[in-house]
Amino acid sequence: MQPSPRALVIGGSLSAALAVPVLAAAPTVMDVTVNIPRLKVAEYHKPYVAFWVEKAGAKAKTVAVWYDHDMKANEGTKWLRDVRQWWRVSGRSMTFPANGITGATRAPGAHKISFTRAQLAAMAAGDYVLVVEAAREVGGREMLRIPFTWPGKAGAGARAAGKAELGAVSISFR
Amino acid sequence: MKNKLWTLAATLALAAVAAEPANAHRQWMMPSSTVLSGDDVWVTVDAAVSNDLFYFEHQPLRLDAMKAWAPDGSEATIENKATGRYRSTFDVHLTQKGTWKIASVADGMMGSYDLNGKTERLPRGTTTANLAERIPAGATNVQTAESSNRNEIFVTVGEPTDTLFKPTGKGIELVPVTHPNDLVAGEAATFRFLLDGKPGAGLPVTVIRGGIRYRDDLGEETLKTDGEGKVVLNWAEPGMYWVNVTTPRAEGEGEGPPPATAAPQRRASYVTTLEVLAP
Repeated sequence: MQPSPRALVIGGSLSAALAVPVLAAAPTVMDVTVNIPRLKVAEYHKPYVAFWVEKAGAKAKTVAVWYDHDMKANEGTKWLRDVRQWWRVSGRSMTFPANGITGATRAPGAHKISFTRAQLAAMAAGDYVLVVEAAREVGGREMLRIPFTWPGKAGAGARAAGKAELGAVSISFR
Repeated sequence: MKNKLWTLAATLALAAVAAEPANAHRQWMMPSSTVLSGDDVWVTVDAAVSNDLFYFEHQPLRLDAMKAWAPDGSEATIENKATGRYRSTFDVHLTQKGTWKIASVADGMMGSYDLNGKTERLPRGTTTANLAERIPAGATNVQTAESSNRNEIFVTVGEPTDTLFKPTGKGIELVPVTHPNDLVAGEAATFRFLLDGKPGAGLPVTVIRGGIRYRDDLGEETLKTDGEGKVVLNWAEPGMYWVNVTTPRAEGEGEGPPPATAAPQRRASYVTTLEVLAP
């Protein structure tokens, strides 16, 4: 899968990151801001959204999933497979709810979530891709890919913008 | 005049019946989903025999031989069975995570014998079990061959498993190289087919995407398994695909009744429906 042409890396490249010694003060948290668009549709349900991290040669690591987690008899899990790329690379081998990963769906608007190095599975230095995929009941589906380098530089970031089910998604490090 | 027309119509109808190959219509199963998540998971399956895929418009597929197996190999119940004018339908409660198999397998016996100076063919519905009673006393030159027909589908809850692909050694069977519930448009899939437990080399494979009622071009792909029984399928588009593998047929076979004197050939056919997801 090729990175989306919309995804633009502003953060340092791998070579730049290697040239700078990793100090104790290197950023340890990745902030992700996701805009859920407000849609004028006859029937609206808040989207299921999955966030995962990919690295060449490694298994995809799910870092967050927003779904209908509080329905009776766990019925909301029935539609997890509609977030189909995530389901294939990671979701289908998980159990739900997943502690520290799964949570409620979010309303339209901007949402910030943060991931510590531990949540990101103690990442080794290198090139990664954050993938965000949204699927909406009786609606569409969209996926965005944001390449980044870990450890990121404080203040540096990257962004991508969706067209339908996702608005702007940006990442930064602190 | 009316009589003449009637005779002509009858002649044409007879010709049409005679020209119809044994497998003129396509039999298929259509599951409500093949890739599933959730805690209380069911699948509903429609089963029919028709020309257009996947429209139930000709005959229902009989459910007498329909069975389902859970990922741990245990046989599961076929629930809410119903057979209507054009289709059958049933449910399977998918109580385990992993890959399930739903299959209808029918074995038969073809052949002929000589009696009183005439060669007679074995009647339809002959099986290994009733062969003895169907051959009259005094029959000589008895020739038989088995036919095996398998129609099966796979559905997966959670992660795909491969516990149900152990071959039985009878008829044509699928051995996944690519898992049949892990198919995405643009990615090639490889399957291996066995014939009676051995690599099914040179078997014709037909692949047709569903929805043919609304297009002029059938878009049928005709392939052949290689020496190891392998075939590589390329899915240009997401959708439900009908895949049919058979034993090879001689040139011109099926165009009219075979001569009664021809030695019966081992025949086997395999049908599955594969769902190819969008990337």
